Amino acid sequence: MSSKFSSWVRSGEPWIWINAGAVSLSIIAVLGLLLLIAVRGLGHFWPHAVLEVKYHETPDRVVQVIGEVHDQEEVTGERLRAAGVAVPAEVVNTSRYLVKVGNRETYGSDFRWLAEPLMEGSSYPAAVMVLERREWGNFFGYLKSVQEGNTTVAEGEAAWDALQERIQRARDIYRQIRDIETGEIGTVNYAMERLRLKQRRLELDGKFTPAAGEELAAKRQQLEESYGKLQVQLSALYDQVRRDHLTATIADGSEVTIEVAQVVRAYRPNALHLGEKLSFYAVKLWEFVSEEPREANTEGGIFPAIFGTVMMVFLMSLMVTPFGVVAAVYLREYAKQGPLTRLIRIAVNNLAGVPSIVYGVFGLGFFVYLLGGNIDRLFFPEALPAPTFGTPGILWASLTLAILTVPVVIVATEEGLSRIPRSIREGSLALGATKAETLWRTVLPMASPAMMTGIILAIARAAGEVAPLMLVGVVKLAPSLPLDGNAPFLHLERKFMHLGFHIYDVGFQSPNVEAARPLVYATSLLLVFVIVVLNLAAITIRNRLREKYRALEH
Amino acid sequence: MAQPADVTSASRYEDWRLLKDRITRYLVAVGGTGVIIAILLIFFYLFWVVFPLFVPASADRVASFATPAPEAGPTLLLATDELGEMGVRYTNDGHAVFFDLVSGKPLPPTALLAAPAPGQVTVAVSESAASSLVALGLADGSLLPIRHRFKVSYPNDVRTITPEIEYPYGEEPVAIDDAGQPLSHVAIRDSDDRFSVAAITADHRVVVRSFEKQTNLITEESTLEPVLDQTLTPPFEPDFLLLDPYQTTLYLANRGGDLARYTLAEDELQLAERVRVVAKGELTALRFLLGGFSLLVGNSQGEIAQWMPVRDAENRTTLQRIRSFDYQQAPILAIEAESRRKGFLAADAEGYVGVYHSTADRKLLVERIADQAVTAIAISPRGDTLLARDAKGGLQTWRLHNEHPEVSWSALWGKVQYEGHSEPKYIWQSSAATNDFEPKFSLTPLAFGTIKAAFFAMLVAVPLAILGAIYTAYFMSPAMRQLVKPTIEIMEALPTVILGFLAGLWLAPFVEHHLFGVFAIFFALPFSALLFAWVWHNLPERIRGGVPEGWEALLLIPVLLLAGWLVFVLGPPFEGMVFGEGGMRTWVEQVLGIDYDQRNALVVGIAMGFAVIPNIFSITEDAVFSVPKHLTFGSLALGATPWQTLSRVVILTASPGIFSAVMIGMGRAVGETMIVLMATGNTPVMDLSLFQGMRTLSANIAVEMPESEVGSTHYRVLFLAAFVLFLFTFLVNTLAEVVRQRLRRKYSNL
Repeated sequence: MSSKFSSWVRSGEPWIWINAGAVSLSIIAVLGLLLLIAVRGLGHFWPHAVLEVKYHETPDRVVQVIGEVHDQEEVTGERLRAAGVAVPAEVVNTSRYLVKVGNRETYGSDFRWLAEPLMEGSSYPAAVMVLERREWGNFFGYLKSVQEGNTTVAEGEAAWDALQERIQRARDIYRQIRDIETGEIGTVNYAMERLRLKQRRLELDGKFTPAAGEELAAKRQQLEESYGKLQVQLSALYDQVRRDHLTATIADGSEVTIEVAQVVRAYRPNALHLGEKLSFYAVKLWEFVSEEPREANTEGGIFPAIFGTVMMVFLMSLMVTPFGVVAAVYLREYAKQGPLTRLIRIAVNNLAGVPSIVYGVFGLGFFVYLLGGNIDRLFFPEALPAPTFGTPGILWASLTLAILTVPVVIVATEEGLSRIPRSIREGSLALGATKAETLWRTVLPMASPAMMTGIILAIARAAGEVAPLMLVGVVKLAPSLPLDGNAPFLHLERKFMHLGFHIYDVGFQSPNVEAARPLVYATSLLLVFVIVVLNLAAITIRNRLREKYRALEH
Repeated sequence: MAQPADVTSASRYEDWRLLKDRITRYLVAVGGTGVIIAILLIFFYLFWVVFPLFVPASADRVASFATPAPEAGPTLLLATDELGEMGVRYTNDGHAVFFDLVSGKPLPPTALLAAPAPGQVTVAVSESAASSLVALGLADGSLLPIRHRFKVSYPNDVRTITPEIEYPYGEEPVAIDDAGQPLSHVAIRDSDDRFSVAAITADHRVVVRSFEKQTNLITEESTLEPVLDQTLTPPFEPDFLLLDPYQTTLYLANRGGDLARYTLAEDELQLAERVRVVAKGELTALRFLLGGFSLLVGNSQGEIAQWMPVRDAENRTTLQRIRSFDYQQAPILAIEAESRRKGFLAADAEGYVGVYHSTADRKLLVERIADQAVTAIAISPRGDTLLARDAKGGLQTWRLHNEHPEVSWSALWGKVQYEGHSEPKYIWQSSAATNDFEPKFSLTPLAFGTIKAAFFAMLVAVPLAILGAIYTAYFMSPAMRQLVKPTIEIMEALPTVILGFLAGLWLAPFVEHHLFGVFAIFFALPFSALLFAWVWHNLPERIRGGVPEGWEALLLIPVLLLAGWLVFVLGPPFEGMVFGEGGMRTWVEQVLGIDYDQRNALVVGIAMGFAVIPNIFSITEDAVFSVPKHLTFGSLALGATPWQTLSRVVILTASPGIFSAVMIGMGRAVGETMIVLMATGNTPVMDLSLFQGMRTLSANIAVEMPESEVGSTHYRVLFLAAFVLFLFTFLVNTLAEVVRQRLRRKYSNL
């Protein structure tokens, strides 16, 4: 046996297994990470069952707790006792639950830990209602009645349908209010600002005449009138939306009155059957990708972040594609292949390894302060000292990322060009085509999948990059999108939101990290999904391409 | 000769094609070089921003002129306005003469006293370098506090400066010396609720008086209520005195070099300490540095020493000599501190003026500005204009170009004795709420943090990546390889913000709760793999044959998962037995006495190791895979086992490639930002502990860059950090690339 063992060791086979273990571990890590994000991210939208339980806070103080169980962990009784939890002395090992109790305005925080030994009589009552609100997070309780003004219109089971109806009504009105506030009033404000800048511009140029002043004043008058009208409309809508209230009892039995306008959605998770849960899930998922964030980004959707990411990446690819390809073509097809070209090739290659934050610093100093500052001085003196382009914005962010990703495109395109057999070029030239024609008609079309790979990789890198963006244009909450209905429609100077930064900001800078965490997982999942898909696409294209060239060489 | 029409059109078409060819060539060349230049611009731009940090200071004379309005009497004190456009001199007959700093043209003198007369004012001092409050000590033992202001207005679009004199405590002088002796030296300090005066009288007594301020809410006028009236009997006849901004410490010194420190205790100033501050020669000038904490002692040898109170281990405070500046030869006649930085200027008896910075321990400039002694100097609050008076009464205005005195090699990388610290330290602390804050720009803790984070990441990544890559390249079956390689590429593409987020919010609490398990797993995983291998080895051929060679890694996946699960399930009871009830986490803190941060180097190591694995993996795999096959076949044919072939032939051949893989991995670990930003506490501590956080250069840039003022020293130092990162990663990557290229050539020769 022992000699068998030692000969086994001498054969080196154990080492092979250790090496295999390293691969296995890496794969477990990648898949585990993806799985973790997927489970946590997708779980966010599922309607959690709501638990109701009696909790013995102290031997003679029993409270009723209603909430969703979010986490469970094993813990020693001693640790709980040290933390001041009144578990009996005989408890050695037990578990505790993290319960989302909501009702932040009453309890102060959304979550509390409950120790298992102190919980008594868990139940999942069907009548428990969850309200998603515009402020103060979720509400957990029992619906009692619904009021319109001061009169109660429905009570008991009838109240539920009345409530759903009125929530729908309030949501409709709320949407109108938002349309007016951000859409029409936004347009008026934008026009006002333009008028102010126009006047300032005229003054700066010394062309401000009384006639021009009158014209501007007339326009301003007009805008103010429409603003006034909108205000009247708005206050009427606000009066309407505040009509209804609901009364509900919370866990400790006290009654709470909530404005229906504050409620985004009301549901009774314990009463939902599977089909309803699935449709609830779909609705929540759609809300997540299509709506704006609420409550300092910790609730609601992430649409502006998706939009900002996509737009930034789009602008970046517009810039990076032509320049990257031209540089690669120059290096491979036109430049004299000597030590200098080799040096440049190495340098370009290595730039891909330079930390992204360095590009951010460069972007901030060069694009924002130097270029942007000078653009402001030359073209937007009327807005000074408020900067137009002299401040971080989407244009500078996409330019910075274009510089960051241009080596990726160059390297990939060059690789594609170098794989095209000489014979093809020579054949084209021998038939009398000029170099440009050879390039345009044969070489570039053949290399186009390689370029595609480079661009996809560049996009994937840009979509996931956060550190440089923190310096050159990303914000936690942008008041308006970089693309909207106000001429000139595309506002390159505006700041934008970004998925990656959203993760960092909500996960680490938000006041209520615990409540926001599921949302961060969901955002991560979306980002990871996009990036994995992009990369798989690039890998597939590249593999096909290699097969093709292999066929060409023979 | 006439040619057929179609030939002409063909040749025209030919020309057009050639033209297109030439245009393409031109455009591609311009575009290509343009892009490459744009990329290289990064290097030059960073350098261009960093460069001013290392430019030495310089000074140009703007004007020199005779004393303006000499009829108003000899000068006692000079001061300038914010931008260095207008100066003021206080004369000994009670006038303030405002004058233009370029032309020297005076405004009509302003009488400060009811009855100005020569000799009426015996001494004039300003409260501190950063203050416009001036005290005039009078011949009758009283003192008049006044304040000068320079109001800027634009009548008819012309920039006009109008000086004003204010009397914050009324136009009547405040009686200081009850004996009515003339005051020969004065120090004042004014705060929101207290006003203190210390004075040396003509008969060498030291009088200290403090007043509480009562401000009338309606008229906003202040009245002074005396709270302290003390006459000190110093152990020597003092020639200099200084009062600190808290009005609790008084320094007295004589020309012989004795210095006495008095501190306020039980409503009385008591002698706390007496030291000799000048070893050779005489003490000729004594000033506070900005903030009123450090003393600048100038002596007759031309040396300026910085002294400050330092608290020792027993909580005793003593004055200690911190550093000295010995660049001038003649007796130092005047020292003036800058009002926004910890820099100062010193003028000597031979007409030299030196510009220094205390924290950076840096001589910026020593320039001879006059043939005779320079007796008084004033600096504008911005620190860019110098007004100097020579022994003959001539005045000179100089512009100083001294943008970044705070930076020196020792300030960036060395241990520095900062004010209020008991010993020299490496500290990064770039900003604070107060104006007289001493910025601490030591990059050492940041570089240390960077290296620490990278080190732990490499510790995790290098073995896993290299072993895994060797297996993938050499043993793995091609079918599995086709699955593993894209997985690793996906791993490389995962955004670091997600890794950082998971590290900070999931891994860090997990590691804290399962500290023992995390350590145990480092041993459990290889052990379980070996155990399984041995069991597998002894299984009947029938079962082993079911799995073709090269799929070991797949078999190990469930084994490792099971081992990991067992560690975290069986671990806690075992942990309880070994480390007591509180587990390893409590044991580390209580028994080992090591502080435990939740977001620590261990977490960063794991998370960043994960990020670095794919970089190292891909390059190593490539290097091992492209080892020419005839080498391995030869070795195998000679009877070597696969492992012997691998370890003696393949790895040796591929070792330069593996080396460059590690280099590239390190480059990535050093520059990674988001993971360290999110998975550490970002405190710039220098601590090797596995359980403490760190702040890296890159995270520091991300945290501080948005708030730093453009063009300030802080801004440029952050650029310097970025430049260092850039150079480091660029050089490391270039080295790795060169190694790889040589390796490739070697392979093709084999």
